[in-house]
Amino acid sequence: MLTIKNLHAEVEGKQILKGINLEIGKGETHAIMGPNGSGKSSLASVLAGRDNYTVTEGEVWFNGKNLLDLSPEDRAREGVFLAFQYPVEIPGVSNLNFLKTALNEIRTYKGLPTIEGRDFLKLTKEKQQLVDFNANLMNRSLNEGFSGGEKKRNEIFQLAMLDPQLAILDETDSGLDIDALRIVSNGVNKLRDAEKSFVVITHYQRLLEYIVPDFVHVLYNGRIIKTGTKELALELEERGYDWLKEELHLKESV
Amino acid sequence: MMNSNEIIDDIANKEYEFGFTTDIEMDIAPPGLNEDIIRFISAKKNEPEWLLEWRLKGFAAFRKMQFPSWQHFEMPELDLQALSYYAAPKKKKQLNSLDEVDPELLATFEKLGIPLNEQKALTGVAVDAVFDSVSVATTFKGKLKEMGVIFCSFGEAVQEYPDLVKKYLGTVVPHSDNIFAALNSAVFSDGSFTYIPKGVRCPMELSTYFRINAQNTGQFERTLIIADEGSYVSYLEGCTAPMRDENQLHAAVVELVALDHAEIKYSTVQNWYPGDKDGKGGIYNFVTKRGICKGNASKISWTQVETGSAITWKYPSVILQGDYSEGEFYSVAVVRNKQIADTGTKIHHIGKGTKSRIISKGISAGRGDNSYRGLVAVGPRADNARNFTQCDSLLIGNDCGSHTFPYIESRNKTAMIEHEATTSKIGEDQIFYLNARGIDTEKAVALIVNGYVKEVLNQLPMEFAVEAQKLLSITLEGSVG
Repeated sequence: MLTIKNLHAEVEGKQILKGINLEIGKGETHAIMGPNGSGKSSLASVLAGRDNYTVTEGEVWFNGKNLLDLSPEDRAREGVFLAFQYPVEIPGVSNLNFLKTALNEIRTYKGLPTIEGRDFLKLTKEKQQLVDFNANLMNRSLNEGFSGGEKKRNEIFQLAMLDPQLAILDETDSGLDIDALRIVSNGVNKLRDAEKSFVVITHYQRLLEYIVPDFVHVLYNGRIIKTGTKELALELEERGYDWLKEELHLKESV
Repeated sequence: MMNSNEIIDDIANKEYEFGFTTDIEMDIAPPGLNEDIIRFISAKKNEPEWLLEWRLKGFAAFRKMQFPSWQHFEMPELDLQALSYYAAPKKKKQLNSLDEVDPELLATFEKLGIPLNEQKALTGVAVDAVFDSVSVATTFKGKLKEMGVIFCSFGEAVQEYPDLVKKYLGTVVPHSDNIFAALNSAVFSDGSFTYIPKGVRCPMELSTYFRINAQNTGQFERTLIIADEGSYVSYLEGCTAPMRDENQLHAAVVELVALDHAEIKYSTVQNWYPGDKDGKGGIYNFVTKRGICKGNASKISWTQVETGSAITWKYPSVILQGDYSEGEFYSVAVVRNKQIADTGTKIHHIGKGTKSRIISKGISAGRGDNSYRGLVAVGPRADNARNFTQCDSLLIGNDCGSHTFPYIESRNKTAMIEHEATTSKIGEDQIFYLNARGIDTEKAVALIVNGYVKEVLNQLPMEFAVEAQKLLSITLEGSVG
């Protein structure tokens, strides 16, 4: 579904991604871990198309399309979803109105009829219950005055509503207490199916106890330096990242 | 792929939609401002002697006055002698029905989306159409008359209801109030007159549509609305003008009088030609609007959506004279290209327990410059007066300006005055967030802006709110950088 080949990217002239290679198949969940500043969130931003990032080398293919040629909105319409680490507040724009606009933009792009009134509300209710999102927040202004946890839960609610093929969760666990973490993870797990793929970016193994990944990748200094299964996450939890760095330096010095 | 800067430029350079001219036979007075032209206008309109006297008093006041210098923009050079002070579609005789109106004129208003044909008119909206200086048609007059509501052109009111006009004309905005009001008093051409009798709730929205067409003319109309005891009226005003390279002056006066327990809601959607992207041409919108809550527990509410004009310079105000009376001002002012707005309100709390609420939303894009200027004055008798002001500015791009000049004068210890102000910028983060959900930049800006102004648009009658929303989207198309 998603193929990343030798991806290099820079921001403000500084090289951040230095040759990422990654293959994500349908229905798979990949975790990306790594120390601070390793390029995890930058990878998410580059995939979503944030314009202060410049891709200097490499390719990204999504369902046979060159993702890097598409505008951010077209990437979303093609089925790429980024759950933001810091969701923004937009005063005066109701959560529902925003979602309806987004959903219908995506549907129109796909040649589907727009969804209105009762059907939309029915869908909203269904998804809101599925991911256990507070119904009172749906009519409020988008993220305005939401707590950190509510914002993250709203991202998962949007994910449920927009039903993308690939969801990138950028440190969705940061700032969540243990109860909120469980609710968010449950929501994500309910959305997992054979068609949908997930990229879960996180610092901590804790999240991966709830959202169990098929693969774990370690990103360091703009490159994936190790790939394994969920056991790798446990090992990282126990031993930290230093041994990996050492291993890498040894390899490079040979 | 267009980047957001290009989209913004595109929006900012969007052509003005109502810039056509109408070819019609006109009666136009030669240019020049003097006593003769005032006498000419007065005679042309068959006015009584007292009104001519009043005009001349206005002219005398005007001659003693200077243009102000306190405003936050450079006063453009105005050659008032070069203007013609009377332009009217030539009509052969007194019109008795719409069928007799020049079809070219009717077509013009059709084109603007203002159907004057009553069968086609929006349900529940009566329209008075003013073309250049003269009211050309008023719809639903008969129906309104049955309820005792008077809704007609100013000129007609002078002929038919001289006592009412004489009693209230100039009582809210005196002939010597300011230089543009004085000029208007001297040369006003036509306008709109409304009287709602005691206890009547006006059954439909009343609307005046102003259109400037002729070249080298000014537009000086007067609106006078009187809501008698316990009555209610909602009044709407819309305006457009052709695209012309030279600037045109619009110096209108609006006076509102609310008696005991009466309520007047006055809404404006102003879309005068704003000039081109280099600031050439456009309307100077220098208007004096003021209402008085004369009676106890009366209420006046101004709502304005200002998107047009090269310069918008006005402060729709409320004098809260009656005890427990209430004043409101809701405003959205948008500037882009090189447009300038210096607008806001003045609220004078005079009576006991008076309340006011000011919500101002400024939007600046392109190289536009937007100022909010507001006065809240509480007099010694105004025990327990309350005011709440919220004044927000939204910036789009890096070359625009936004300023706030709030003035508060309180001479009563029991008064409570609150002022809140915010300035924000449409952030790239906000736009990217919406992009990442499948919404393109243009729609994203429209969504953010409409969210920002929602509180004000909610005050407009339904049809106008939809219009205003569309107008805002068009106005700001491509303004994000």
